[in-house]
Amino acid sequence: MDHLILARSLFGTTMGFHIIFATLGVGLPLMILCAELLFQKTKDRDYAIMAKRWTKGQAVLLGVAIPTGTIAGVQLALLWPGFMEVIGKVMALPFQIEIYAFFIEALFMSIYVYAYDRLTPRMRIFSVTLVMLGAAASAILITNVHAFEGTPAGFRILNGEITDVDPWAAFFNPSFFVTAAHVAVSAFMTGAFIIASIAAYKMLRNKNNERLYQFHRKALMMGLVIGGIFSLLTAFNGHESAQMLHEYQPEKLAAAEGLFETQSHAPFTLGGFTDRETQTVKGGIEIPWLLSFLSGDSFDTVVIGLNDFPEEYWPPLFVHTLFNVMIIIGTFLIMLSVAGFVWRKFLKKDRFPKVFMWAFVLSGPLSLIAVEFGWIFACTGRQPWVIYRIQKTADVVTSSEQIGVLFILFSLVYAILGIAVVLVLLYYFKKNPVEKDIAKAANKDINV
Amino acid sequence: MEMTTDALIAITVLWGFVFIYAVMATMDFGAGFWSMFYINKEKTNATNIANRYLSPTWEVTNVFIVAIVVALVSFFPGATFILGTVLLIPGSLILLLLAIRSGFLVFSHIAKSYEKALTYVSGITGFLIPGLLILVLPLTHGGYITVEDGLHRLQLLSLLTSPNALSFVAFAISSTLFLSSLLLADYSNVSDEPEAYYIYRRDALIMGPISLLMAFCIMLTMRTEAAWLYTRMMDYLPWLIGSVATFLVAGIAMYLPSRKSGRTGRPRIAVIAIVVQYLLASYAYGRAHLPYMIYPDVTIQSGFTHPNTFRALFITYIIGFAILFPGFIFFWKMFMGDKEYLRQKNS
Ligand code: HDD
Ligand code: HEM
Ligand code: HEM
Repeated sequence: MDHLILARSLFGTTMGFHIIFATLGVGLPLMILCAELLFQKTKDRDYAIMAKRWTKGQAVLLGVAIPTGTIAGVQLALLWPGFMEVIGKVMALPFQIEIYAFFIEALFMSIYVYAYDRLTPRMRIFSVTLVMLGAAASAILITNVHAFEGTPAGFRILNGEITDVDPWAAFFNPSFFVTAAHVAVSAFMTGAFIIASIAAYKMLRNKNNERLYQFHRKALMMGLVIGGIFSLLTAFNGHESAQMLHEYQPEKLAAAEGLFETQSHAPFTLGGFTDRETQTVKGGIEIPWLLSFLSGDSFDTVVIGLNDFPEEYWPPLFVHTLFNVMIIIGTFLIMLSVAGFVWRKFLKKDRFPKVFMWAFVLSGPLSLIAVEFGWIFACTGRQPWVIYRIQKTADVVTSSEQIGVLFILFSLVYAILGIAVVLVLLYYFKKNPVEKDIAKAANKDINV
Repeated sequence: MEMTTDALIAITVLWGFVFIYAVMATMDFGAGFWSMFYINKEKTNATNIANRYLSPTWEVTNVFIVAIVVALVSFFPGATFILGTVLLIPGSLILLLLAIRSGFLVFSHIAKSYEKALTYVSGITGFLIPGLLILVLPLTHGGYITVEDGLHRLQLLSLLTSPNALSFVAFAISSTLFLSSLLLADYSNVSDEPEAYYIYRRDALIMGPISLLMAFCIMLTMRTEAAWLYTRMMDYLPWLIGSVATFLVAGIAMYLPSRKSGRTGRPRIAVIAIVVQYLLASYAYGRAHLPYMIYPDVTIQSGFTHPNTFRALFITYIIGFAILFPGFIFFWKMFMGDKEYLRQKNS
């Protein structure tokens, strides 16, 4: 494989691994906060138990989220030194502010975890809130760098020199708000569905133990409600993201849709594989006019096709599949959470049918897949640019060799960490089952 | 060579982060090592003390290394370009070790039945990291980076076989063990754990002279390998002498009787003296190093960021610290100042 491909694979693997833990690091604190709030409101100890158990899980995940994030940050400078030179001169603010967000999260996470028993309920809620805000802020800020890569602003390059630098204009680049919001709400959604998944699985396992079943059903409903709200927000905001692409990176949208000819009343193609030779999407379902409507809120919006761009600027055509999977998953999860909510709260059914339960179990992994695919779409769809229309990825890659060896080593370490983290979580929650926590909480009640 | 105030402020901030990280990381990695080293001595609590310090702090310590990288990239993008290029291999090695170390550190606290095996993994990897990290210093002294067709290349082999670089490595490892044992001595003293205290006190008394010796080795080898830096450091001789003097102060403090605890040694005074010692020595080193970031190609001026970006960053630094300061105070109170937390018996 050639040097550039190896460097891209290495960085992509790092990001693909980090994002799993990073997304949960944003999503779980919201769930923990909601559980703490519900506990204060209802005085139902089950919610306190949930908050405690999820925090334990989150603390383990941080053991991977933090080092992989550190790797991501340093690797940016190691693999793409030319890119980081521009970032350092123009777009340093988000990285800098992110440090403060990390500090807030790290300080209050430690306080929340290790000083839990010494905190008043109000201080506990205050601490988790800061953990959640810190995590969300770090996601938003790092995404801002990604947004800048797609819609650069705040500088010019004259004869190879960077001039007219306006760091705040770079910070508030055109796609910042839309993109950052999409990442934040999709992370909240993912955290909620992961909880729903686990709860549903446990309900399937504990059908006959009413106490446990009820405990997990509370967690499931929390996951479905929060997941439902945020999946709706994700979809609305995803629609805006697509319109942003229409305006600023039309060839990315065209590749996402497999659209070759510029046209008004453009169709939206669901599924299928884009074929470069015949310039069609094979095996897809065409929904007439929809793409024009999505892009500009009217059917006669002209959507630019790939043929209007030189072929060397085309993103890889498989991004069509990534984009589609993300949308299908998003739509499916909205419907699932609405259906689940209606079934329980309006039809007042005590049990869910089996298909329902298995769909809930899948909801968390599906969200994570949507996150992965969305990111690979967003980063790969930007190719061949690292900074859109300004800097090519091929021009910024490190000149050092031996990336192949590093790629193998890093993949190995990610595999080790990935397996270990799963084993450790399984081990811990097997050793400390919910029953134990419930019993402990009950004893406390007697003592009080 | 001219240096603007902006560039001086920036390098001072960067140097401040490096110093804080150096102190916190040596304590962090050292505590990891000691918690491994004493894991079979169940009675003494030495491992528990190390863990009690380590559990809440490693995350915060880690943020500092990220802060260093970010400060480097944002203040000195020109230097980042060259450093990023030549550090690919050693930097990646550090990252790999760091990932294993942090991961297994957390795992070892959760999976109690496998605690020992997991602690060994994190203890050993953590112990290697400072030795590798410090290689960045001799690298910037010049002579290990060649330029062919405009491409920068690291002569890794000649770096790894240079007596000066090796002295730096030995110094990093011995000071890691020294600083951490001293801090843990103080920590066990405050926690009223006399057995652990005497163990860590003994370790500090062994490691202290060794790390001072390593520091002398650095100076000795630097004289031939980076003569420019050696001569300049000699201009700051009073600082270096002061540094050795504070080391002696710390040594004496460890033998003074304490009326309050009834034990031999005043570890708090020793810790403060040692931090002052490192501060003085690294000031002399850093001052002599200026204006070079990487000798002789990159100065703090040539690699400096765009002035507009610097100004914006500077403002966020002030606001950021104003916001964070109360957080740090609260954190300190919770874990360093709370007698109840420190004296808990069995965790
Ligand atoms: C749970 C995850 C999830 C779900 C259900 C969706 N997305 Fe998404 N999407 C992401 C998670 C995500 C992401 C991983 O967070 C991305 C990657 C980069 C980014 O900004 O967000 C993303 C990127 C992304 C982009 C590209 C932005 C860019 O290239 O800069 C578009 C156009 C959309 N999304 C649109 C949608 C639409 C129309 C959805 C309909 C439901 C949708 N997304 C659901
Ligand atoms: C966290 C989720 C992310 C994933 C899964 C991801 C995935 C990828 C992948 C697969 C590549 C290789 C592209 C290719 O070879 O086609 C890549 C490249 C890259 N990504 Fe991302 N990315 C993520 C987030 C980010 C963010 C937040 C940034 C901004 C700081 C970013 C910046 C880059 C850069 C600079 C490159 C290298 C240059 C390039 O290929 O354009 N990525 N990423
Ligand atoms: C959009 C994708 C990303 C999200 C949602 C995200 C989110 C997170 C979260 C929640 C954490 C844990 C923070 C903590 O506990 O301190 C984290 C850690 C980290 N992330 Fe990411 N991140 C993303 C992409 C990136 C990228 C591209 C980089 C590299 C530039 C990066 C650098 C880091 C670093 C350095 C850490 C460790 C911070 C520490 O030491 O505490 N992240 N990230």
